[in-house]
Amino acid sequence: MTLEEKVIDIIVEQLGVSREQCVLEASFIEDLGADSLDIVELIMEMEENFGIQIADEELEQIRTIKDVIDFLRSKGVK
Amino acid sequence: MRRRVVVTGAGVLTPVGNDVTKMWEAVCQGKSGVGPITKFDPTYHDTKIAGEIKNFDPLAHVNKKELRRLDDFIIYTLAAADMLMAETGFVASGELAERTGVIIGSAIGGVASIEEEKETLMNHGPGKISPFAIPAILGNLAAGQVSIRYNLKGPIECPAMACAAGAYGIGRAFHAIAYGYADAMVAGGVDAAVTPLSVAAFNAMRALSRRNEEPEKASRPFDQGRDGFVIAEGCGLVLLEELNQALNRGAKIYAEIVGFASTSDAYHMAAPPPGHEGAARCMREALADAGVGPDEVDYINAHGTSTPLNDLYELQAIKSVFGDHAPRLAISSTKSVMGHLLGGAGGVEAVITVKAICEDFVPPTINLDSPDPEVGDLDLVRNRGVKRDVRVAMSNSFGFGGANAVLVFKKYQD
Repeated sequence: MTLEEKVIDIIVEQLGVSREQCVLEASFIEDLGADSLDIVELIMEMEENFGIQIADEELEQIRTIKDVIDFLRSKGVK
Repeated sequence: MRRRVVVTGAGVLTPVGNDVTKMWEAVCQGKSGVGPITKFDPTYHDTKIAGEIKNFDPLAHVNKKELRRLDDFIIYTLAAADMLMAETGFVASGELAERTGVIIGSAIGGVASIEEEKETLMNHGPGKISPFAIPAILGNLAAGQVSIRYNLKGPIECPAMACAAGAYGIGRAFHAIAYGYADAMVAGGVDAAVTPLSVAAFNAMRALSRRNEEPEKASRPFDQGRDGFVIAEGCGLVLLEELNQALNRGAKIYAEIVGFASTSDAYHMAAPPPGHEGAARCMREALADAGVGPDEVDYINAHGTSTPLNDLYELQAIKSVFGDHAPRLAISSTKSVMGHLLGGAGGVEAVITVKAICEDFVPPTINLDSPDPEVGDLDLVRNRGVKRDVRVAMSNSFGFGGANAVLVFKKYQD
């Protein structure tokens, strides 16, 4: 399973959205109907799954699914 | 000028039925909903029985995301609210939305979520606490979530009035409409406190029955063999509307709510005083609020918890209020059937009281095998429900802290 697939799996489960909605450019707030608390929970789930820590300042940079994947890659997640 | 307020709908989720019809049937037939605790492993608890919600599919009322995040007390409330709204067809749009409020009481809100998050805190540290922990724990989020789902923008409250919380919810909502602060209100109470901490804590107070080997016989209000209440969970809601608002909408009217009072014992944090003067005063004030005399009351849905003190002193209070009329009215405790829903009790019992008026039928007090000597010539509708005219009925709810709330309902007439 690729990193992209893993990330989208988590998003589908956490936000209760469909796989089709999860295009890379999809914005969590505008396209996936998430609020700030949803994003905190989602990121906690990512931390848990990928064994990394995401600081609050880094969290602010994350807007789209692609941002998450880029961020995880920058942390060395494959 | 005080306005008339009517009950135009109800929604319940209880240990004896997941809607009003099934609950009413079970209560009338005296079919107990008490059984062994399944929500957690009670091996080390003194009490191993409770009235749990059964065969309930939360996904019929919340999505998977909500199921993960919301405490059961909120999910139960949304389920009851869904049933209420579906049945009444009430839609709060435009100006009516701002004139429609929600008051849903709860004794201990999201206690299950507190326990779960505390475990996370201890095992994984503060960074792993859910961002949805607080909105799952706060008691007012039952009312809050209902207001969000149904666009109810009027007055909102959560009376945290222990075992009387549901009755406070309905009473406060009634007065809000009667005195012009709202035109319609969703009101009642809820709790989902069959949890390890809550059962252990009530056990520590010696408040719960330990009749673990006979769950269906454990809740026995007014019986000499009573040894504490049976903790239960669930929600009871009603829709209250100002009479003309209900008539203009063509709503079905079940009964009129005519009286509410609350008083405080100013006595003890948990125990009622001998004679329960605070409860007696509360019944008198509720009758005065209703403008009906004691001799007009046909039925009292008693608080009747099955604890040694409450039941004895509640009977004394009833005798002091009703005097010669006391033996002529019917008194029953439906907690004998479903246990004690804490904040949910006042809500569900208000629904039962209204049903008694609609159906002219009084549900029984079950497990009343050897009545307490205090019962004397009072009619506690022992073990079998009875058909009888119910024109005016009262619902008693008393809570820890010395809080008393009494509601009075009346058959609706133009």
